[in-house]
Amino acid sequence: MSTLEIKDLHVSIDTEQGNIPILKGVTLTINTGETHAIMGPNGSGKSTLASTIAGHPRYKVDSGSITLDGEDVLSMSVDERARAGLFLAMQYPVEVPGVTMTNFLRTAKTALEGEAPSLRHWTKDVKAAMSQLRIDADFAQRNVNEGFSGGEKKRVEILQLELFRPKFAILDETDSGLDVDALKVVSEGVNREHSKGEMGTLLITHYTRILRYIKPDFVHVFVAGRIAEEGGPELADRLEEEGYDRFTAQSAVEA
Amino acid sequence: MAETTHTEFPPNTAPESEVTDLGDLDEKARLGAPSGASAAIDGLTEEGETLSPRNAGSEQFGLKKHSHGNAPVVPEASRGERRRSFDLADFPTLTGLEEDWRFTPLKRLRGLHTDALTGAAPAVEVTGAGNVTVETVGRGDARLGTAATPEDRVSAAAWNAFTGATVITIPKETVADGEVMVSVTGSASEAAAQHILIRAEAFSKAVVVLDHSGSVTLAQNVEIVVGDGAELTVVSVQEWDDDAVHVSSQQAKVGRDARYKHVVVSLGGDLVRLTPSSIFTAPGAEVEMYGLYFADAGQHLEQRLLVDHAVPNCKSRVTYKGALQGKDAHTVWVGDVLIRKAAEGTDTYETNRNLILTDGARSDSVPNLEIETGLIEGAGHASATGRFDDEHLFYLMARGIPEKDARRLVVRGFLTEVIQQIKVPALEERLSESVERELAAGNL
Repeated sequence: MSTLEIKDLHVSIDTEQGNIPILKGVTLTINTGETHAIMGPNGSGKSTLASTIAGHPRYKVDSGSITLDGEDVLSMSVDERARAGLFLAMQYPVEVPGVTMTNFLRTAKTALEGEAPSLRHWTKDVKAAMSQLRIDADFAQRNVNEGFSGGEKKRVEILQLELFRPKFAILDETDSGLDVDALKVVSEGVNREHSKGEMGTLLITHYTRILRYIKPDFVHVFVAGRIAEEGGPELADRLEEEGYDRFTAQSAVEA
Repeated sequence: MAETTHTEFPPNTAPESEVTDLGDLDEKARLGAPSGASAAIDGLTEEGETLSPRNAGSEQFGLKKHSHGNAPVVPEASRGERRRSFDLADFPTLTGLEEDWRFTPLKRLRGLHTDALTGAAPAVEVTGAGNVTVETVGRGDARLGTAATPEDRVSAAAWNAFTGATVITIPKETVADGEVMVSVTGSASEAAAQHILIRAEAFSKAVVVLDHSGSVTLAQNVEIVVGDGAELTVVSVQEWDDDAVHVSSQQAKVGRDARYKHVVVSLGGDLVRLTPSSIFTAPGAEVEMYGLYFADAGQHLEQRLLVDHAVPNCKSRVTYKGALQGKDAHTVWVGDVLIRKAAEGTDTYETNRNLILTDGARSDSVPNLEIETGLIEGAGHASATGRFDDEHLFYLMARGIPEKDARRLVVRGFLTEVIQQIKVPALEERLSESVERELAAGNL
């Protein structure tokens, strides 16, 4: 049982127009076995939270803390965070020239585990996971994400999730740009891993659509860099009916 | 003639230029240049009436035609028309404006293009195969100069200056009983010339490795004859010391139904400029040309190759890959493929890929394809230069891979494709290690 704890997190980015605060005090605790959905309108800071947890250099933490089982995540480098058990399924996975999927997956697994996986089992695991996610076998020989469609890239992110078996998975708008079939395939992958009971999931999404396939235990609504409302799955249903208008109107008044 | 990359006039002319006031011509060349030196009408360009008095007269863009003097050079209309001569006087003094020298920093040639090449040539030692003939011959040997004719000033200077040549012959119908290792070891910095002739006689089979190391200022001609039905691989490895300057023409004449593979591996040296050519002389032959180069800070690694499809039914494949790291690392790749009118049934494809690993490096890539007949199997080319940036790094690190390993993973993967083509396990291993050392040296 692990705990990822985010306390009063303030994050900003440096732009040509100066420093812009994005997260203005986010507090959130996720335990193994739980699925938290973070929902909110564009620009509310959802993806910033995801990237900050993973350690993207663009985001500057001004105050607050992130800990994993009491360990200070913010003092870890990006790769140390991954090795500590954090996994970010990226919104826009980049194409990496010169590295085949096979080579990449094996190198990452080796780095994460501290030793090379047994080749025979590993090859079998990769094949099985690829086939479950309906990823064509010849993708293994292609360069990471190179020439993959948007949907293929998202499937490959979930493939990594299933193979790397993190303590906490942060899914940054994994659902965006997916058609219904791909959304189901991707959701099944997340559910398969989650059902093993050894992972906590932070699901970041703009739409309620994916919540039909991945059932959240908690829903947090992000508005203007803060959590505006929290609740159970019923909050997602309400959002589906009402949209974000009531929150955005409210924050406009506050501003 | 279809030429996809314009080569009329260098937009970024080298600073060594002795002609200083060509700015307006440069502009005109870019705007109105026809894709060849088609008959220029007196006083009229594609833009209309000439505006500059300089353009009066019958010369293109006001420039003078080839002369033996110091005048600017009119670029050839076709790669096939490039001057070929053993006479140094046929090549005007270089200004840096020439199409084929425009990327080369002449000042760093250490006199190879201006001086008499009187220094001691680097030592040549040939080992590895017992059934291959190795001779050292004088200038007068009739076999020299039969496969290659100099195409530029440095090559012509080397031809005129060498004193003795190394001739390696793989006899008719002989399979070399080992890899022919030709160690070329330099230990002097005076400008020198060298001549090597590799003759693969009919139906012979061999791998010849030119292994360059040490310190040199060297103008080199490597002449290669691939006899009918022969199967020859020539690997040219440049692992020179940091101060070396090496300019090498490596021309191959490829016979009927022959298989010729040429591999360039350029890692060490201050300035390395290779011009490998494959010239088909009879139908049915296949050529593969591979290249791998890895430039560090300040290094200039240049390769200009030519595949001359002059006869029908030949096939060529070209794959060059380069990595760059550090300030002022500069690589140049120019791939000229010429399909002449007679070369029906030609099948050709050339690719260049570059990977820029740090800021401050520069990679030039110019694929040129000239097609003079439509009756071909296929002709294509591709060039892409990408950079390894913070987002790639973040992606790999977010999967647990430490920064150093992430960079190495990318470069290794990128370059391995070419190393694997060498098919000499010991050499492949050595070169993989060399690439690792390059990576380590760059603090990656």
